[in-house]
Order: sequence, then C-alpha cells, then structure tokens
Amino acid sequence: MSITKYDVEHIANLARIRIDTADIEQYTLDLARILELFQQMDSMDVKDKEPLAHPQDIELRLRNDEVTEPEMRQKLQSVAPSIHQGLYSVPQIIE
Amino acid sequence: MPYRQNLSSIVGMLNRNDISSVELVQCFLDRIQKHSDLNAFISTDPEQTLKQAQLSDEARARGSSSDLSGVPIAHKDIFCTTHMATTCGSRMLKDFISPYNATVVELLSKSGAILIGKTNMDEFAMGSSTETSWFGPTRNPWHGDHVPGGSSGGSAAAVAARLVPAATGTDTGGSIRQPAAFCGLTGLKPSYGRISRYGMIAYASSLDQGGPITQTAEDAARLLQVMAGFDRRDATSLNKQVPNYLDHLCTSIAGLRIGVPSNFVDDAVNSEVLDAIHDSLAEFEKLGAKLVEVSLPSSKAAIPCYYVIAPAEASSNLSRFDGVRYGYRTDSFNDLDELYKKTRSEGFGLEVKRRIMIGTFALSSGYYDAYYRKAQQIRRLISDEFESAFKQCDYIAGPTSPTTAFGLGEKTNDPVSMYLSDIFTISANLAGIPAISIPVGFDKLGLPVGLQLIGQSFDEQGLLNLAHSYQQVTNWHEVIPTEFT
Repeated sequence: MSITKYDVEHIANLARIRIDTADIEQYTLDLARILELFQQMDSMDVKDKEPLAHPQDIELRLRNDEVTEPEMRQKLQSVAPSIHQGLYSVPQIIE
Repeated sequence: MPYRQNLSSIVGMLNRNDISSVELVQCFLDRIQKHSDLNAFISTDPEQTLKQAQLSDEARARGSSSDLSGVPIAHKDIFCTTHMATTCGSRMLKDFISPYNATVVELLSKSGAILIGKTNMDEFAMGSSTETSWFGPTRNPWHGDHVPGGSSGGSAAAVAARLVPAATGTDTGGSIRQPAAFCGLTGLKPSYGRISRYGMIAYASSLDQGGPITQTAEDAARLLQVMAGFDRRDATSLNKQVPNYLDHLCTSIAGLRIGVPSNFVDDAVNSEVLDAIHDSLAEFEKLGAKLVEVSLPSSKAAIPCYYVIAPAEASSNLSRFDGVRYGYRTDSFNDLDELYKKTRSEGFGLEVKRRIMIGTFALSSGYYDAYYRKAQQIRRLISDEFESAFKQCDYIAGPTSPTTAFGLGEKTNDPVSMYLSDIFTISANLAGIPAISIPVGFDKLGLPVGLQLIGQSFDEQGLLNLAHSYQQVTNWHEVIPTEFT
C-alpha cells in the first residue's frame, strides 16, 4: 500500500511526535519504503498458524499479593523534570 | 602488557597477585583516555573506579574475593546504574541517573567486577552501526572509517581495542552478535529468559536479551555464569537451573551435527565472507563434527516480520518518555499535548522516531491484522522451522552478517538497506533461541568475519563448547588491531 503525507501526520499525532513541515516528505518516503519491505510478508502462507507473541509461549507467572519492593517515592521523583509538593507537575488541563 | 590479556588470563593474574586491581584499572583507564577518538565510551568515572579497585585489593588482601574480583568491565549504556549516567545513547536520557541498578549490574558487581564505564550504542538500541547515538558514532578499531556494528558497537569497539577485557551488550535483532562479528570478537545472545531484563531499558520486550561481548568463548562462559539466572523482578525470567558453563567447555564435539541452511549461501553474501565461513566449517569437520544441510525457508521473511514486531513493541515501550516522570523535558510549552510532542520530537533522534511511527502504524486500527498479526504468524512459522531443523542437527551455522563492517555513513540515509544487514541474526531473536558469533577470518581490507552458531533453547553450554573447541585450534580471536597492540 502507499502512504500519504496525511497518513504520516496522523501517525505522528497518534505517537505524540511533532514533525516539522519540511521533514514530512522525507518521512513519507522512508515509511513508504519500509512498507514496501513489509509486502514481502504477503507471499507467506500462514493459514492456521497461531500468532506467536512471546518466544517462550507460556503464561506469565503470578506471585503472592505481598509488598516486596521498598518505598522509593523520593528516589524516583528525584529524577523528574518538575515536582510540586510530591506530585509530578504538568501544565493545567482543567480550567 | 596486561591489556593484551583476555578476561580469563586477567582473573588468573589477579588470583596469583601478579597484578593489583588498581594497576589493572589504571592501565585500562589510560587506554580509554588515549583512544577517546574511537568514541567507544559515553561515561567514565576514573576516581570512583579507582576507589572500587582499591577496595577490591584491600578485600583480597584480607582473603575475601569472588569470581571476578578486581576485573574491570564495561556496561552497554542501556543497563541502569546508580553511579553513572544511563543515557541509552539518547538526548532523552542524556543526564539520567537511575534510582536503581539493573539486575545484571548488581550481579556483576557482587561477583567483584569493577564498572569502568558505560559504552556507546545506537539510540535506544535501534540501529546496526552505532551511528544513531546522540553522542556521535563509534569507530571500528580495525578500520577507523568503518562502523563497529550495532547496536552494542561501543562495547565491541572497547573490547576489540583492548580498552576493557569484556563488556555487556544487548541483542534484540543481532545487536551483540553483529558488532562482535564486525570487531573480531565472541558475542553471545542467550536464550530469551536466561538473563534478567530488569533495569535493561526496553526496546522490544519479547526480543531483548542481554549477554557478554568478549575475546573468547571461555571469557563469555565466565560472564554468562554471573549474569544468568532467575530474577523475580523480571516477569519473563525463567526459573531454570544455571549449569556450570566452564565445566563443559572442553567436551569433545565429535559426532555433533552442524546444520548449514542452504539459503545462507546466496548472492547476498559477500564472497570473502563466504570463503571464511566455509573454511571455518571445514575446521569443525576436522574436529569431528558432521555437516548436514537444513532448510529454513521462512527466514527470508524474518526482516519484515522483525521490523513490524520490534517497532510495534517499541512504540508502546517508548511511550513512557513523556517529559513528566524522568528524562528530557522541552523548554517551552503551552499545554500538555505540546509538552509531550515537543519533548518527544526534541528528545528522540530520527531513527527512533521512524520506528515509533512504523510501530504506531502497524498497531493502528485497520492495519493490525495485515501487519502485526501476520508478523506474529510468520514468527510462529520461523520458530516451528527451527524446531524441525533441530530434529536433523544439533546446531545451525552460517555467517553472522552478509558483509564485513561497512563504511561510516554508507547506510545512514537508507534505513531499509541498514535493516537488511540483520538478515541472519534476527531469526534467533524471533524464536528466542541462543546464538553466538565467533571470529573466523578477515577480508582483504583486514576486517573481521564472524561465524554464527545457533543452538536450541537453553543450550548456551553447547554453543560455548563448540566455540571454545574451534578457538583451541585457531587464533583469529587472539589477533589485536595493529593500532591497539
């Protein structure tokens, strides 16, 4: 399939990435080439093949519902760009 | 000179008190400084490293030492460390100090190894040349105008140039094996689940696996011994006993069947690479192994399959970089949406953005079945084919990469041609099985050629045994690039 610059703008928005107008054409060309590569999958006969999501093909293990990790709030917040009274600070979203 | 020795010899030198850890660490720190133009390291902390070496020497004098006491090692800058920045080769994390250590970092530290620095890499491990790093490309010690491979190119260049005896790497589609091949080293990608991924920054979680990059198979066995094992903090870590890898290195390989896939021998592979591969296979025959032809027809679709699955997982994994909890945040923004978008656009490099977008597209409404589901079905097909092939043989052999190290800048403007260099390494990640690359010769330019051996799930021991047997009768692994002797 072909991809248009509108598709690229839409994908960029979904991925929360801003692309300069001047770069859109290059992204469109690159993504089109990659999608061309994906077309090689079309010739593969995968009828009745169960999708393999994980190499071990096993269920994730469960653990007891117990506290096992130490309290790291301060440590984790020490690397945040902006903290206000112990909370992560972002621009106001509700007036 | 101690820097010429491999990891196993250095362990012996320290145990015999032929050298102190401080002397050793100083020697390697001097070399890292002297060869800084290779750009193999992103961070070092000489003062702290020497202090650790001093403590190690004091402990040894008191009679307390463990397997890797006093041995300097380097970590790929994807493993979280509390005492040095962890950048993942990205502007997004350029000043990030992790609040905790990766399990691999903890295990190597407990075994006495001393962290000498964090090595350069493709940004978020997305690349095959270490050229996408925010910190600039690493050079190949064998030829300064060529790439060291990637994404663990800094680790490979550092070990090849003898700036450190061994280093860690990670491998999502060949990122340990291909740089090991390009730099004339031994690189092992263990089975998925063998080594904890806790604290290893995620690229594609169902494919990522850490492993050692070393001069020899024996060195790789020593590092794997420490790195392997169950970790409750990694939900995909497997609770399986870790064998003693050193015990079985010298077992005879007579009678083992090595499968050679017919499709490895095609036009896409450089003829000098093919010659070296054939010579190495003949060497295995001399050691008593039997070559058998096997067929892996679906591996031709491994590249598109991987470049759907890995970016799809990456688009989800990298959504955590939002400028809110850690990492880079843009300077000016008016609302939350702008904060996210500007932060991610400025923090991520071109290849990372490209892969996030490809992954977002493959998972988006209307395309999921055509791309993501189909890729997962092909993944099953590839895995099933390995299973059938392993009924006819014990191991599978072929080139690690279709060419030797390519030129710096040669493929940076053509993402698809860069992706094609992963053709032989990707399948083992898709199937989750172990594979190793070992040096088996040089091309006319003097660039190393790597042979890849692929094994069955959790048979790292067998791969190390094969690689070690070959290294007992050849000396490719002992050659040091002229400029660094």
